[in-house]
Amino acid sequence: MILQVQDLTKRFGGLQALTGVTFDLPEGQILGLIGPNGAGKTTLFNVINGVYPPTQGQVFFRGEDVTGKPSYEIARRGLARTHQVVRPLTDLSVRENVMVGACFGREHQHLRPAARLADEALTQVGLIDRADQPSGSLNVAQKKRLEMARALAAKPHLILLDEVLAGLNPSEIASMMATVRAIRDQGITILMIEHVMQAIMAISDRILVLDYGMLIAAGLPEEVANNPQVIEAYLGDPKMTAQLLAE
Amino acid sequence: MLDQLISSLTDGLLLGFVYGVAAMGLTLIWGVMSVINLAHGPIIALGMFGAYLLFTHLGVNPYLAMAPVAGAGLIVGLVIYVIAVHRVINAPHLSSLLATFAVNMIIIGVGTAVFSTSPQNIDYSLGSVEVGFLTFPASRLVGAVGAILVTACLYLFLYFTRPGKAIRAVANNRMASELMGIPSSRVLALSFGLGAMMAAVAGGLIATFFPFTILSGGPYELKSFVICVLGGLGHPLGALVGGLLLGGLEGLIPTFMPVSWVPVVEFGLFVLVLLVRPSGLFGAK
Amino acid sequence: MKACQTPGFWLPLVIVSVWGGVVLLIHQDTMRETAFILLMAVGLASSLNILLGYTGYVSFGHIVFFGLGGYTGFYLLSAQDWPLFAAAIGGGLLSALIAGLVGLAVLRLRGAYFALATIGINEAARAFVSNFEPYGGATGMFVNFSVYQKYGGPGPALWTTFIFLWITALAVLLVSYLVKHSRFGLGLLAIREDEDAAMVMGVKAPQAKTITYVISAFFPGVIGTLYFFKNGNIEPGDAFQLHMSIEMLVMVMLGGMGTVMGPLVGAAGYQWLRGYLLTSPIFKDLHLAVAGAMLLLIILFVPTGVVGWVRNHVRRLQKVLE
Repeated sequence: MILQVQDLTKRFGGLQALTGVTFDLPEGQILGLIGPNGAGKTTLFNVINGVYPPTQGQVFFRGEDVTGKPSYEIARRGLARTHQVVRPLTDLSVRENVMVGACFGREHQHLRPAARLADEALTQVGLIDRADQPSGSLNVAQKKRLEMARALAAKPHLILLDEVLAGLNPSEIASMMATVRAIRDQGITILMIEHVMQAIMAISDRILVLDYGMLIAAGLPEEVANNPQVIEAYLGDPKMTAQLLAE
Repeated sequence: MLDQLISSLTDGLLLGFVYGVAAMGLTLIWGVMSVINLAHGPIIALGMFGAYLLFTHLGVNPYLAMAPVAGAGLIVGLVIYVIAVHRVINAPHLSSLLATFAVNMIIIGVGTAVFSTSPQNIDYSLGSVEVGFLTFPASRLVGAVGAILVTACLYLFLYFTRPGKAIRAVANNRMASELMGIPSSRVLALSFGLGAMMAAVAGGLIATFFPFTILSGGPYELKSFVICVLGGLGHPLGALVGGLLLGGLEGLIPTFMPVSWVPVVEFGLFVLVLLVRPSGLFGAK
Repeated sequence: MKACQTPGFWLPLVIVSVWGGVVLLIHQDTMRETAFILLMAVGLASSLNILLGYTGYVSFGHIVFFGLGGYTGFYLLSAQDWPLFAAAIGGGLLSALIAGLVGLAVLRLRGAYFALATIGINEAARAFVSNFEPYGGATGMFVNFSVYQKYGGPGPALWTTFIFLWITALAVLLVSYLVKHSRFGLGLLAIREDEDAAMVMGVKAPQAKTITYVISAFFPGVIGTLYFFKNGNIEPGDAFQLHMSIEMLVMVMLGGMGTVMGPLVGAAGYQWLRGYLLTSPIFKDLHLAVAGAMLLLIILFVPTGVVGWVRNHVRRLQKVLE
C-alpha cells in the first residue's frame, strides 16, 4: 500500500469537512475520487499532503506515519499534487516553475539536473515550446499542464490530481487523459478528483465517492455507478445522475 | 499611593479616548481596503494645525473648530485616495505602504516649509475639574466626551445610513458588493476620507492638550498601530477599547518604573500580540 | 566558474570595485565622505533586497539591524577595545543572531502584518537601547580618542573604515548574486510568488525565510558599526531611524526589487537626487516633498523600478542586468 488513510476527520470550527474517511491505495493504480460539490474532496487532499493537520485520524505514506507533518516534508517523501485553482509562480518562467518541483521534490536535484528534468517533464505534458515564457502568460489549459509538469518533475511516488480536466474542451480532455495514463505507466500511483464522469469512470481502477465529508461508496467504476447511495447523493444534480446511469 | 494610582490612571484613560479616535481612522481604512495608511501621522498633524489656525487667526473656539477640521480631513482623505491609493489598491502591500508613505513625505515636507518645526500651542484654557481628590484639566474631559461623540457618530453612520452600510458591505466582501451594484471605488474613497477625518479630529483634540509641531503626528501614528493591533485590526470599536487600554497603561506604568520604559512595554506588547493573537485581544481566533 | 562569464555577475562588482578604487587613488576627504554614504546606501539597500526582493517579505523596520549591530560593534570597539574589523563582524553577528531569534516567530506573519511587526520591533529596540545603561542609555556612546591611535590617528582611521565598507558592499552584492542563482534562491522566489504552493512543492519555507532574514540582517550590522565608528558617536535617535528604513525600501524600489543590479542603481540614483535637492536653492526647503512626489510617481507608474523596466523593454539587456 502506498497510501493508507485511517479514520480521517477534519473540522473547521463548527464545520465538519471530513468524517472518518478510511481507504487504502495500492501502488501503481489510478484511484478516482468523486462526489458532489462541497463534499470535501479538496479538503481530503489538503489533509493528506499536509496543508491542514487533521482533527483526528492518520495518514500513512509508503508505510510511514506522515499525519500532521508540514506539506514540504510530505512533498520530499515523494507525494506531489496539482491544484484545482491553478497556482503558477507568475513572475517565474515556465521552466523555472517546473525546476522548483525538481529541486525541492523527492530527488532534491541541483539546478542544472533540475533544468534537464524540467525540460523532460515539459516535453511530456507538451509545454516545452513555452519553457522560456513567464508562467503568468499561459492560458488555463496550459497552466493545468504546468501544474502537472511541476508535480512530475518532483519524480514522485504518488500524485494527487485535483480536477485537471475541468474547464478543458473535449480534445484537450482526450490529450490530458493520455498524459495521465502515460504517468501511470511510468509507475507513478495516481489519486485524482474529477467531475468529468465519463473520463474518470474510464480511467480509474477503483473509485471512491465522498458525500458530506463521508465515504459513501468504494469499488470498481461499474459497481459505484450502480450504487443506489451514490445515485441519491447526486440526485440534487439530475444531469449528473443521468450521466452516471448512462455509464 | 492609591490616590496617586487612580489619578494617573484617570489621566491616561481620558487621553486614551482620543488615542482611540486616531486609531479608529487607521483601523477603518485597514478594515475596508487592507491598506495601512502611513500618512496617518501627518494627517493628525494637519488636524492640529487646522484647529490652531482657526483659533489664532479667526478666533474660532477650538471645539467648534472641530467641525471644519473634520470636513477638511474628509476632503484631504478623498484627495489622497484618488491620487495615491486608488491605482495600487489591488497591488501587493508594499505598493500601498510606500504610496501612503510618499504622501507622508509630501505633507511633512510642505508642512515643514510652511510652518517650520518650532512648537505651537492653542492658548485656550478651560481651567481644571475637581472630582473628590482628582484634579485634571477640563480640556481632557471635553476631549474624552468629544471622542465618544465621534465614535457614536461613526457607528450611527456605519449602521444606519446607506453609504455606511455600503462601506460595511465592501469591507466584508468587495467583489460580492460590486456584483450587488455597490460602486466600490466611491465607497473606498469615502472610507479613506472618513479614516482621514477621524485622524484630523483626533489631531485637533490633541492640540488642545499639548504643544505640537508638524512632526507631532508621528508618535500618534505609532500609538495607533499599537492600539489597532491590541483591539484587532479592522474593528473600529476595538480601536476605542485598545485606546483606553494604551492610555491606561501609559498612566500606570510610570508609577512602577521610569517613564522611559513606557515605549519598551508598548511596543513589546505590540509585537507579542501580533504574534500570539493577530486578530486582537478581543477578536475571534 | 561559469558565473564569471555572465555580465550579470561581474558588472555590479566591477562598478563598485572601480568606484572605490578611484576614490582611494584620488584620496580626497570630501570625496571619501560622499562615497562612504553612497556605498553604505548600496550595502543597506542590497541586504534589504535579499529579503524583500527574493522572498517578498516587506521589512519596514530593517534599520533595527543597522542600529543593534552598530551599537554592539561600537560597544565592542570603544568599551572592549576590539579591533574595528572584529567589532564590525561582531556587530553583524549580533544582528544575525537577533534576526534568527525573532525571525522564526515574526516570519509566520504575512503581508502587512509582517511589515507592522518589523516597525514594532524597531521601536521596541530603540526604546530598549535608550534605557540600556551599558550602551550609554539615552545619551549614547562616544569613541575615546585614543582608539584612533591604533589606526595612525583619526585621518587614516577614516580611510581604513572606508576600505572595510567598500569590501562589505562588494560582499553584499556577491552574496546577493549567489543567493539569487542558487537552488536556495529558487526556493525563495517560489515563496515570493506563492508561499503555500511552494511548500506543497517541497520548499521548507519557514527555514528558508529565517535563513534569508539572518543573511539580510548580518550586513546592516557590519555597516552600522563602520558608520558609527566613522561618526565617533552613537545615540538611539540616529541608530533606529524609521525614516532610514523607508529610504532603504525606496532605493530598492527605485532600482528594481529582486534584481542584483537594482539596489545599486537605486541607491546611487536616490543619493544623487537627495544631494541635488538638498543643495538646490529652489528645492532646498521642499526636498522631502519633492522626494515624496518622486517616490509616488515611481510606485504608481514604474513599479518594477529602473532595472526592471529596462529588462522588460530591452530584451537584449536581460542577460546583462541580473
